[in-house]
Amino acid sequence: MEIERTPGIRPQPTLWRQFDALGRQSFPALGTALGMLAIAAPLGLPGQAELLPGFALAAVFFWSVFRPAAMPPAMVFMLGLFADLLGFAPLGVRVLILLFTYGLALRWRRRLASQQFAVVWLAFVVVAAGAAGLEWGLDSLLSLRALPPAPALFEFALAAGLYPPLAAVLTRAHRGIAAWERA
Amino acid sequence: MIRLSIPMREALEKLSLPLLIAAAFALMLAGRLDAPLAGRARMALADALTPVYAAFTAPMRRIEGALVEVRQLWNLRAENARLRAENATLRRWQAVALALEAENAKLKSALHWIPEPGVPFVTARAVADAGGLYDRAVLVALAPGIKVHVGAIALDAHGLVGRVTEAGRQSARVLLITDLNSRIPVRLGPGGVRAILAGTNTPEPELLYWPAGTAPKEGEQVVTSGVAGAFPPGLPVGTVHYGRSGVPRVALAAALARLGILRLFDYRLHGVLPPGMTRRGRARLAVGARHGN
Repeated sequence: MEIERTPGIRPQPTLWRQFDALGRQSFPALGTALGMLAIAAPLGLPGQAELLPGFALAAVFFWSVFRPAAMPPAMVFMLGLFADLLGFAPLGVRVLILLFTYGLALRWRRRLASQQFAVVWLAFVVVAAGAAGLEWGLDSLLSLRALPPAPALFEFALAAGLYPPLAAVLTRAHRGIAAWERA
Repeated sequence: MIRLSIPMREALEKLSLPLLIAAAFALMLAGRLDAPLAGRARMALADALTPVYAAFTAPMRRIEGALVEVRQLWNLRAENARLRAENATLRRWQAVALALEAENAKLKSALHWIPEPGVPFVTARAVADAGGLYDRAVLVALAPGIKVHVGAIALDAHGLVGRVTEAGRQSARVLLITDLNSRIPVRLGPGGVRAILAGTNTPEPELLYWPAGTAPKEGEQVVTSGVAGAFPPGLPVGTVHYGRSGVPRVALAAALARLGILRLFDYRLHGVLPPGMTRRGRARLAVGARHGN
């Protein structure tokens, strides 16, 4: 309904065009969910279990900064729940982490959107470090003992390293397949 | 779509994030308080995904098979020499085994030994890694109509793999013995010295709590012990191995890094209940055990 508020000449909203717009609008969330599913598949790669939360974090961060309208908080919640169920993690931990990420990204987006890539990456690295710390703390709290911090550090390193290539792909998607101005 | 005034909509948008964060905390609490519910939700998703995963593993297995074949062709000569040497050793052992078997049969007949009943088992393929950041587990695909109980014990061709912790309709989750939460009573060597095998999330679990003066020796055989009724006695686990740190570890017999087909044995042992199992669940298990099968 976003479109109706801005007056102007626009093409007829045919059924196909509406489908197209819907597809473009749902690409960020759907793409993130499908990506998580692909990472959870038995590919036999080392570090897959640690990559899953990192991928979810990077995707939610990217879309929250550059297209928050396509990543509403309810969708972030669902993606977090999906990550928890898929990764056999304690329920709610990744939901909380992704919601915090969303909140921070939304707060910073005015300043981040106009910055160079390196600055955005740095912001993401800060978020990922916080997320790894929070995950380690909450997992330890929920299992009532101090867990070794090494897996969380590994997860953080993977997330930080994953962001640049993922952002390159998602930026293309942001301007192409997910751009609903083009629908 | 309901038409809301702009301030109202803005207020709702502002409120949704804190509300969802509160919901996340509630979810955490619910998952902690009602573990079976969380387990059921996970297994429902795993059940839905298992056919997809199983379809996915088939081509992967073919690629892996082709690679293995290439490597085997490459090493054919060396492999042949190794096998000849091994065959000679095994022939000697075969003679020993036949003699021991005959002696064993004689002794059993002298003791009027009643053979133990066979244990029902199902065979299932490990299709996916079901571990997380702090868990080591695999998901196995079950053929339609086959049921596996929580607590069933998984073995591969060489030794102990783990225990079923969650069972769904089409899949089951097997917690590996390398998991951080895994603690298994074992016996070491011919003397049967008791110890605990503790998972450390690394490929080689540690040995803990052996009696004073009977430190595990390098190369000793490790088998499960029946203590606490969690595992049947005598399942092969691996051999003692000292790493650089000087802590006794166990080189596992099972190939946990490359799990293919697993056998899930239902020994009906309920010495250790899975986390979150309620008293009602315990009663149901007991009834099942009484009826046999």
